[in-house]
Amino acid sequence: MRRIISVLIENESGSLARVVGLFAQRGYNIESLTVSPTNDNTLSRMTITTDVVDNATLEQMMKQLHKLVDVLRVSELTQTPHVERELLLLKVRTVGPEAREEVKRTSDIYRGQIVDITQNLYTIQLTGAGSKLDAFVATMDECSEIVEIVRSGVCGIARGDKSLRA
Amino acid sequence: MEMLSGAEMVVRSLQDEGIEHIFGYPGGSVLDIYDAIFQSDEIEHFLVRHEQAAVHMADAYSRSTGKVGCVLVTAGPGATNCITGIATAYMDSIPLVVLSGQVPTFWIGDDAFQETDMIGVSRPVVKHSFSCRTAEDIPKAIKKAFYIASTGRPGPVVIDLPKDVQNPLNKFPYEYPESVSLRSYNPTLSGHKGQIKRAVSALVGAKKPVLYVGGGAIIANASKQVLQLAEKLNLPVTNTLMGLGAFPGEHEQFIGMLGMHGTYEANKSMHNADLIFACGARFDDRVTNNVDKFCPNAKIMHIDIDPTSISKNIHADLPIVGSVEVVLQQMLDLIDETNAMNDSNDINAWWDQINEWRAKDCLAYKTCDTHIKPQQVIECLYKVTKGDAIVTSDVGQHQMVAAQYYPFKEPRQWINSGGAGTMGFGLPAAMGCKIAHPDRPVVCVTGDGSIQMNIQELSTCMQYNIPVVILLLNNRSLGMVKQWQKMFYGGRQSHSYMDSVPDFVKLSEAYNHIGIKVDTIDELEPALTRAFELKERVVFVDVAIDPEEHVYPMQVKFGSMEDMYLSKTEQTDA
Ligand SMILES: Cc1ncc(C[n+]2csc(CCOP(=O)(O)OP(=O)(O)O)c2C)c(N)n1
Ligand SMILES: [Mg+2]
Repeated sequence: MRRIISVLIENESGSLARVVGLFAQRGYNIESLTVSPTNDNTLSRMTITTDVVDNATLEQMMKQLHKLVDVLRVSELTQTPHVERELLLLKVRTVGPEAREEVKRTSDIYRGQIVDITQNLYTIQLTGAGSKLDAFVATMDECSEIVEIVRSGVCGIARGDKSLRA
Repeated sequence: MEMLSGAEMVVRSLQDEGIEHIFGYPGGSVLDIYDAIFQSDEIEHFLVRHEQAAVHMADAYSRSTGKVGCVLVTAGPGATNCITGIATAYMDSIPLVVLSGQVPTFWIGDDAFQETDMIGVSRPVVKHSFSCRTAEDIPKAIKKAFYIASTGRPGPVVIDLPKDVQNPLNKFPYEYPESVSLRSYNPTLSGHKGQIKRAVSALVGAKKPVLYVGGGAIIANASKQVLQLAEKLNLPVTNTLMGLGAFPGEHEQFIGMLGMHGTYEANKSMHNADLIFACGARFDDRVTNNVDKFCPNAKIMHIDIDPTSISKNIHADLPIVGSVEVVLQQMLDLIDETNAMNDSNDINAWWDQINEWRAKDCLAYKTCDTHIKPQQVIECLYKVTKGDAIVTSDVGQHQMVAAQYYPFKEPRQWINSGGAGTMGFGLPAAMGCKIAHPDRPVVCVTGDGSIQMNIQELSTCMQYNIPVVILLLNNRSLGMVKQWQKMFYGGRQSHSYMDSVPDFVKLSEAYNHIGIKVDTIDELEPALTRAFELKERVVFVDVAIDPEEHVYPMQVKFGSMEDMYLSKTEQTDA
């Protein structure tokens, strides 16, 4: 089961290493991890996507995260309404005007933005849920040659009144 | 405000924290701190012969008193030598503060001489760690370290102290914080009211309850509450290896240690229980045996201060997060208020069953004319010390025999490395206990393998006159390893025997201690009596025991709790 865990943690040196160390040490899998300071820059917000076999493992993982002395709050997003977004930057090579037209059209359909361009290379920016980015990459792979790909990992937030605050 | 250097702040902060004893080893990166210690009369420092021993000493000092143990070592190898000790304390939730030197901040990252990333190396085995980047960080880091180490589920905390931060020439205003609060760290002490109610009603409703008490009850100082609850409801009590002494070993309701080398009656009772009430115990694999076959008819109630311990290995039907002491007191109060009581017919029938299992007398053993049995040695130790000694142990058969045959009267009397199983723990642990309790007899029960893992500390004993008794159950082999090889590896003794055990009597004498060799059963009691009469001396009693003796009962691998080997020839029905 894919799960998204949000963590509010003290923004101190070593905090990130403790979280990553915990996952490595206990054999938990990390699919993606993003971290950045919040509006209060003594705090960092992390979003971790992971794949767990069952709820007991998820519960243990969340308890272990919470046990870290630096961690203030832990919550799981996928079980309630939430928004998740990921940023993709994709550099593709195109040959000939037809292919370039196809790349442009596909980007538009996905609401991507072309942020850099050379004679043969397009760099496209796209945000959305991970599955949308996957579909876009697959489509682009058919009409162009993928040169470079970078994804930010998932950022997530709960919808409505629910919030993760200190 | 008083102006102090970083090095002076370290020592003053420890003093202000109430630290009287510290264990350590100097080196380049902590010389300034050592100089400040030289000028302090309030802190007594013990110079060990290997940093690992310093950590074990501080650890056992803590285990035997409940105070936080404190260690000071230099950077690089000094720090990494501590890792086994820190891991040992971590596994058993022992509060320690380990101060380690570091290269100056301006060299960090440059592979400077003796630079090791101690924060990184220790991370998996500490509760938390701090790196002080300025002298002004020091008092706050030390205050927080002691607070974190000793509260919640206790554990070791490392503080990294770069050399330039200690500089005696730079003085800063010093103030030791009165208190700390951390927004990200608030351990829960008292149990949820609703859960307390449910726990009491489940407990009085149970027909076949077992109280399963672990090291957490000792750490929480909950023995009084355990005893009251057990006596009030006439509950059978079993202790884990770490919990021995939490409930008196000679109490009628004590059914022995449980688990891999637990008693027949304890393991049988667990397996057949309808309610297991775990108090500060964590369903370790050395207790549960195969979790899929674990106690099939039991409802599980579990108090633990660490939520991650609950439902980690065994699902808890009734979890209570909190201190064992506080939660049990809440339950006792509620029982008093509501006059809750269990059905004595049910409990008596349960006791009849348990007593039937007890009658098997699973710890009975055969003596022989040619060899001293290890069980005899521990029984003799109990007799000579009247059950009042603080007993530390190493790891192996001797440890299990000590746990089985010395009924501990009180908490903090049995000091062993349960979670990590660290050979080499016993001698420095005994020294730490003796320093904390100079008027009590302290004995280290050890094996010929284990004692050689920290034997250099005989020298520290000489320097500070730390008069412990070392009781070596000498089977000329790594007995526990050999037992497994005999049982599960066709008897192939791959590297489990020792061809060159030294003459321990001469070795002790070389350190100016007293060595006594015991070869026959007649010599045993006089030797032990003499050892404990020589109160001012370290006495090393080397007892030649039967090298073929095994530890039983022993749970059958992959079986349930009640599947046990009872002797070399006898096994419970599978
Ligand atoms: C540091 C360390 N290394 C290895 C082991 C594995 N081990 C467990 S018991 C044992 C044998 C211990 O021999 P000894 O101290 O003579 O005790 P005995 O079993 O003979 O009583 C060994 C090697 C361990 N627990 N700790
Ligand atoms: Mg041995």
